[in-house]
Amino acid sequence: MEEATTPIEPTAAAAATQAEAAEAGHPAAAGAHEPHGHHSPPTGFIRKYIFSIDHKVIGIQYLLLAITAAFIGMFMSVLMRLNLTWPGHKWTILETLFPLGAPGGVMTPEFYLSLVTMHGTIMVFFVLTTAPQGGFGNYFLPIQVGAEDMAFPVLNMLSFWVTLVGLVVLISAIFVEGSTILGNTDFVNNFLGGGGTGTLGPIGGWTGYPPLSALGKIAGPGQGAGATLWITSIAIFCIASLLGALNFITTLLNMRTRGMSLMRMPLTCWSWFTTAILALLAFPVLLAAGVLLLLDRHAGTSFFIPGGLVFSDAVLPNKGGSPILWQHLFWFFGHPEVYIAILPGMGATSHILSTFARKPVFGYRAMVFAMFAIGLLGFFVWGHHMFISGMDPRTSIAFSVLTLSIGVPSAIKTFNWLGTLWGAKIRFTVPMMFAIGFVSLFVAGGITGLVLGQTSLDLFIHDGYFVLAHFHLVMGVAAIFGMFAGVYFWFPKMFGRMMSERLGQLHFWPTFIGVYGIFVPMHIMGIVGMPRRYASFQEYDFLRPLDPLVMLVTIAAIVTAAAQFIFLFNFIWSMFKGERASGNPWEATTLEWVTPTTPPPHDNFGGHLPTVYRGPYEFAVPDAPEDYVLQTTPDAAAGNVAAHAAGQGVQGSSGNGHNGQH
Amino acid sequence: MGRALGVLIWLLTIGSVWLFVNGRWWLPPYISEHGPAYDRQFLITIIVVGISFVAAQVGLGIAVWRYGSRGDRRERAVYSHGNNRLEIVWTAITALIFITLGLMGQRVWAQLHLNEAPAGATKVHVVAQQFQWNFHYPGADKTFGRTDPALVKDAELNFVGLDEQDANAKDDQVVTTLAVPVGRPIELTLQSKDVTHDLFVPELRYKQDVVPGMAIKMHFTLTKEGRFELACAELCGQLHYKMKSYLIALPANVYDELVALPQAQFQGRITQLIKEYPMGIKQGAATTAAR
Repeated sequence: MEEATTPIEPTAAAAATQAEAAEAGHPAAAGAHEPHGHHSPPTGFIRKYIFSIDHKVIGIQYLLLAITAAFIGMFMSVLMRLNLTWPGHKWTILETLFPLGAPGGVMTPEFYLSLVTMHGTIMVFFVLTTAPQGGFGNYFLPIQVGAEDMAFPVLNMLSFWVTLVGLVVLISAIFVEGSTILGNTDFVNNFLGGGGTGTLGPIGGWTGYPPLSALGKIAGPGQGAGATLWITSIAIFCIASLLGALNFITTLLNMRTRGMSLMRMPLTCWSWFTTAILALLAFPVLLAAGVLLLLDRHAGTSFFIPGGLVFSDAVLPNKGGSPILWQHLFWFFGHPEVYIAILPGMGATSHILSTFARKPVFGYRAMVFAMFAIGLLGFFVWGHHMFISGMDPRTSIAFSVLTLSIGVPSAIKTFNWLGTLWGAKIRFTVPMMFAIGFVSLFVAGGITGLVLGQTSLDLFIHDGYFVLAHFHLVMGVAAIFGMFAGVYFWFPKMFGRMMSERLGQLHFWPTFIGVYGIFVPMHIMGIVGMPRRYASFQEYDFLRPLDPLVMLVTIAAIVTAAAQFIFLFNFIWSMFKGERASGNPWEATTLEWVTPTTPPPHDNFGGHLPTVYRGPYEFAVPDAPEDYVLQTTPDAAAGNVAAHAAGQGVQGSSGNGHNGQH
Repeated sequence: MGRALGVLIWLLTIGSVWLFVNGRWWLPPYISEHGPAYDRQFLITIIVVGISFVAAQVGLGIAVWRYGSRGDRRERAVYSHGNNRLEIVWTAITALIFITLGLMGQRVWAQLHLNEAPAGATKVHVVAQQFQWNFHYPGADKTFGRTDPALVKDAELNFVGLDEQDANAKDDQVVTTLAVPVGRPIELTLQSKDVTHDLFVPELRYKQDVVPGMAIKMHFTLTKEGRFELACAELCGQLHYKMKSYLIALPANVYDELVALPQAQFQGRITQLIKEYPMGIKQGAATTAAR
């Protein structure tokens, strides 16, 4: 492990490349990137760490927000498992914590459903959308493309703070519904629809299907103030994500440094770019849907409420709305959202696999195209969430065939990951373990899309535990493995210290085994017919044979959850006590590893933007002095790499042929 | 480390496959005409999924087993940026398999959803409400009486808002259990009074949302007698998990006698049938009754 912190001086070679880059239509080639006055670092604590416009600080803020949210969401999932496994058991601690939700220590069904809803909302929005994109993307996209900051630093700061407001509003739903005192204040009663029902927010699931979510208190507990705050929080989150997406796209297109052509970008940048495009197109639709739902709830409109509804023998005055309209709008967002969660994980995994395999990414160009294909197709398959919704069954067939075809680019990515590992010299560091875990879990979770994507098979399998297993494995756990890989990989750059390898391994093994133990049995539950979102399985005889599996899943969940505290401890401890990290501890190739200091200075490159000479994954280049060649190493110093890769991260033919030629 | 990880990946693969093949847990037995076709397509898909899953995990395991670094700083991995021919081959193969599977997966769906129920199908209206299923039978005249949401009076047991003044309503029956004949096409019309529900009978191999504001039709033919649990499969609120009823599949003649009963005796007979039919497929009964 050696220091690789040489500041990059402009050289004659740089000028030459600048001309090349200009030919490639590269925007940064005009030499617009000299150090700017506004990039002098702030000095006050508040401007530096709280209301910071530094993308790196904002990235860490996002990451900390996501870690906090993840632990809240995980705590909720453990509570759910306890209720499902020991129905009716008295948990004294529960009564202490939630006197309304668990009177006598026994969870009420509405409390359980509010856990379902809040767990889903917190995890999908504030963890899976926040950490991989807002966290790592914010921190590393500008550095990896060689920019001093995001294109719009103030907007960037705003998008974080708006996200935080969204989380605070969501969490406040817990209190207005969970407390009779807060739930009965004038404000809550008059403006939010009334609370204090002993839940932790709404009970309509994270998908919030109307009319259940649109009618307010008459639809049951949790549907008053909690639901209002819940949908408000989602609308706020949409705005934050939009701001973030604009920034990502602009930065990536306009602020790449000399020589950083699109096809020389690390795959992480491609994944953040694709994700940002998805977010830009998907979130406005959810925002619109959210506003319409709020109007239905509070302004007496009927966008999603049909005529003739009867509650307590009284016919509601609403007319003409369509519950299915919400589902179209929601899933038009909701399906791309799945890819918003997983694509950055794919990028990080490709990046990390290549680094520790000490081998170029197999099929870089195919990886880029596959990522875009997934993103594009992701917009045409939302109907597969709705086969049995009452939508026109002919439409379902089109959605179904398109859905199955999305498996093709996903398979391409898997093949290319295996291709990257084939013939490698793998260094089994903790980030590499998690990246390999990602591949395993992505396959395990993604492949069952072949079952769920078929209209016919949804006749039985829809809305059951098979779906739950599928999406938790792929967009939940695989995506989180991508995040863990990212944390362990980039921690040294972000905090200047290494995370403990030993504690990291201790975290990886039980987590990897644990998530298989939780989610594979859930497929079986789905095959037997277990429906989702049931507060108890005691009512149905046909679910009895599943009791041992329910127990197994709960034990696995508790073990897995416990193992996450090893991570938390490692994360906090290493921040202060970890071994000091060198500038490029992993001997990696991309620009985040050539910053003059670690963590990088305020303007990332100390006033001298790097020049890029080659693709991102030049490992194992024959005749090069080391087994890795930095993107910034001029051709003359890099041995024969120029002859091999011509400065482009593109595929040649199979690698063996190259060895003999030089 | 690499070898341990490789072995772990294989063990997890074996464990996962075992859960699927041990024979202890699988789809419940089917009771409908489209059941065998459903089960066949499900099995074919699971086999394709299983083979792909195992192949990928075994490959991953082999890679991490074989290609670990020995810690020698002079060692180099194979220098390769990929192989276009391989990319084309594996893309073509997966596209062929996945899309074929996708097309096959439309058959049962098309058969149930792109055709109307045959003429003369037995008709029942399903009216869902928060945490209760109501089944409305047309009675001997085979014509449904008029209903109106304004007439709903739960306390007087008029759950579906049946207009007692309507001549066609005189012989209608409304109960909370679904009794239907075996061997005859059945058409259910699904309506909801309040929020979205979903009618789900595992053995039927059919799930259909019940959406307020819509009257969604579903049709199927039963092949086996018995009594089966009927659940709500779309989150409908607080007591969603308790929104339970039964489907009783009766021989055609028993069904005919049932629907000929006057309203006063109908509920009593249903209660009797629930007792007569233990849960599950009725043993010893003819599997396909006469059409």
